[in-house]
Amino acid sequence: MAKIKIDGTEIDVAPEATLLQACEAAGAEVPRFCFHERLSVAGNCRMCLVEVKGGPPKPTASCAMAVKDLRPGPNGEPPEVFTTTPMVKRAREGVMEFLLINHPLDCPICDQGGECDLQDQAMAFGGDSSRFAENKRAVEDKDIGPLVKTVMTRCIQCTRCVRFTAEVAGTADMGLISRGEDVEITTYLETAMASELQGNIVDLCPVGALTSKPYEFKARPWELTKTESIDVMDALGSNIRVDARGREVVRILPRLNEDVNEEWISDKTRHVVDGLKTQRLDRPYVRDAHGKLAAASWPQALGVVAEKIKATAPEKIGIIVGDLASAEELFAIKTLAASLGIASIDARADGSRLGTGGRGSWLFNATIAGIDQADAILLVGTNPRKEAAVLNARIRKRWRKGGCPIGVLGEEADLTYAYNYLGEGPSSLDWLASGQNGFLDVLKNASKPLIIVGNGVTTRPDGAAVMAKVAEIGFAVGAVGPEWNHFSVLHTAANRVAALDLGVIPAAGGKSTNEILAACATGEIETLILIGADEIDTSNLGKTFVVYLGTHGDKGAHTASVILPGAAYTEKSGTWVNTEGRVQVGARAAFPVGEAREDWAILRALSALVGKTLPFDSLGGLRAAMVAAHPTFAGVDEIVPASHEDVAALTSGAGAMSGAGFVSPIGDFYLTNPIARASATMAECSALATARMRDAAE
Amino acid sequence: MSVRRLAPAEVQPASFAFSPENETWAQMVLTRYPAGKQASAVIPFLMRAQDQEGWVSKAAIETIADRLGMKHIRVLEVATFYTQFQLGPVGSVAHVQVCGTTPCMLRGSDEILHVCKNRIAPHAHELSADGKFSWEEVECLGACVNAPMVAVFSDTYEDLTKESFEALLDGFERGETPKPGPQNGRTGCEAEGGATTLNDPGLYDGTYRVNIVTGGGK
Repeated sequence: MAKIKIDGTEIDVAPEATLLQACEAAGAEVPRFCFHERLSVAGNCRMCLVEVKGGPPKPTASCAMAVKDLRPGPNGEPPEVFTTTPMVKRAREGVMEFLLINHPLDCPICDQGGECDLQDQAMAFGGDSSRFAENKRAVEDKDIGPLVKTVMTRCIQCTRCVRFTAEVAGTADMGLISRGEDVEITTYLETAMASELQGNIVDLCPVGALTSKPYEFKARPWELTKTESIDVMDALGSNIRVDARGREVVRILPRLNEDVNEEWISDKTRHVVDGLKTQRLDRPYVRDAHGKLAAASWPQALGVVAEKIKATAPEKIGIIVGDLASAEELFAIKTLAASLGIASIDARADGSRLGTGGRGSWLFNATIAGIDQADAILLVGTNPRKEAAVLNARIRKRWRKGGCPIGVLGEEADLTYAYNYLGEGPSSLDWLASGQNGFLDVLKNASKPLIIVGNGVTTRPDGAAVMAKVAEIGFAVGAVGPEWNHFSVLHTAANRVAALDLGVIPAAGGKSTNEILAACATGEIETLILIGADEIDTSNLGKTFVVYLGTHGDKGAHTASVILPGAAYTEKSGTWVNTEGRVQVGARAAFPVGEAREDWAILRALSALVGKTLPFDSLGGLRAAMVAAHPTFAGVDEIVPASHEDVAALTSGAGAMSGAGFVSPIGDFYLTNPIARASATMAECSALATARMRDAAE
Repeated sequence: MSVRRLAPAEVQPASFAFSPENETWAQMVLTRYPAGKQASAVIPFLMRAQDQEGWVSKAAIETIADRLGMKHIRVLEVATFYTQFQLGPVGSVAHVQVCGTTPCMLRGSDEILHVCKNRIAPHAHELSADGKFSWEEVECLGACVNAPMVAVFSDTYEDLTKESFEALLDGFERGETPKPGPQNGRTGCEAEGGATTLNDPGLYDGTYRVNIVTGGGK
């Protein structure tokens, strides 16, 4: 640690810390535009000037000077830095005046207004009028895709967006062309950006040059109700802030959580909001005698469902729960199914084989923050860029630091980092296990090897056998042991871990998702209850009485005989358990549309009608019952670690592996769930991505 | 300086490749850099591409980027940063770079520019009607004692007047390559019309020195 005096206060900081960080540590605020903790230092905005005693007689850019670079005083006193002297104030005022020379005075029509760094800092350091009488510079706006709107005259060339796309996102979409007064931020010849994280550059932009295109002229920040919530677009459980104006959710922003998403979110998380408004199921529907869905009242619809359930034998009823269900409705439906004696209940709508063993067999045991410590990574049957874009950025962050070779088994996709491609299927897995291709030794020699298994493995018919093989490798290379457990499953469904923790899998004698669907085709199952399950094959449900409880008019609702409108994730307070087993609670940001109700309440009402009243009548009561039955849900924002013995149990997975290669279950990153499929923004992104893929293939 | 953009699509060639000699050169250059650091060769490559084609085209930028394992935008940044890279076609016979910095301006570079505007094209970076000439104003070319001056590709022509510059262009027009250097009879930066000082022969035969040493005066 190095000693340094900031404004007279002596503090201890790491020698490699910058002066800016030291000032922050001492509680002195330093204005900045180009500096960002998670990006490389550019030092080009000059706003963070401070005075250094004993240094050169000019202000120093504090973001680009390290504490260790300062000389001590003549008698060995710690170096001194001042942030409030007249010299510093004058220097910053000078910088601000230059920044404002070419910045347009269009705050009243700028979307950044009210949350603009330049606006805020101009209040502190800006002059009251301009001394600049010449023509201002104007820059042409750039078309860089459907998510980011540009007003380039406002740009102050901090290059945060350039550094973000080059360093964090890894796509290097943006660049700074020309020089001097003529510099311009742009993509290569104004092509659309290719990153799944491009929305973050809007947050990074300290001025209104890059703003959110879908949110263009929608609202002012002070009109919004901000609600802290959890994202459900992937299994990462990114921390988000949902901004609503009145009843309408208008945008989603990331919240800082170092252990989960740092401060990034994917474009799907951010821009799915318009999907919350379209294709919504806003009232109950019952299919009439002519086969048409007709609007109904809640008592009518629930009555029809209750009659049907009472009239059907429990073994002829199946329940499939989709990927967006919160732990509350998972627990409610499971309790209801148990009391009705329904054994065929499955929350693994994708046909995953996980869930029969111990908790360690389905968690991302290494934890997301644990990726930073890994020194060799093996990806099996997963494309993290599509399955969890922010987690992929974390792997990339680890890779950029160096000393972390990455091996990939499965699809050979562009993951934004270099890797050793080890093959596409089980035979390559065997080859890896035999140690013949060298990567096994890389893993063995690593002190903390990390193995990430994706749903491309767990959803295969031979999933158990493959998992057994991967677990074997895990033990062989020391990724799994009593001290640490780096055998990690990367899920794609937001709440899959909660579903497995709650045991929403077939009871004894029950059928799993694929078996239920097959039984529907033969008539063995007569009534099928879908809780937001749309990613299933609905082609054989013609004979089945389908009850769909969900939010959007997607695949599931189209086949339904009765539709019960539920609440989307922003419209209910829900508990979500992310892929690493972190329990997180999201708050309600808006009310459900029309007559829609919170899902657990619908199930509670239904339970009373079928004569098996659930033992709770409030959300608090439900949560208390859930925590009592499943203690892992007790600690919010905590992870209850699982035993490495659960992974050991996996090695006994039976069966032979087939020859087919591992394929990521996510075909189109932008269209993975009913909300995203209802979003026009996501459709536009998807079309662009598809066109890009086609061009690349040619 | 003005905003630098790639030339319009109509004039962009479909592809770019180094000539065989330049290809040999390129492979030699690549060996200068350690493995994984080939991007360091981007400026030499762009310069050589310009020497070969006369200007840097979109195809050249993309070909060089792919060759060096760089993103296209990174090479575009370099190509647009350095004004030495021509982003559009230049005159086939001569691209005249007129120095317009203070010493040249004081010595009459405005007249040179006037000739360019009248004789070649009204605006910088535009081709003349026959496609043989183009011009631009540049910053200091580094021979202020011989101001005003112009550079044509790698040759420089100094001590210009309106007339001698016209004559220079006539020479290019006829397909000659005028002799580079001062155009007023000087060979270097010696005084025009001979020396006016330090011309006492005694300075050079030793007598002047002896006088100083002995204190005897001249």
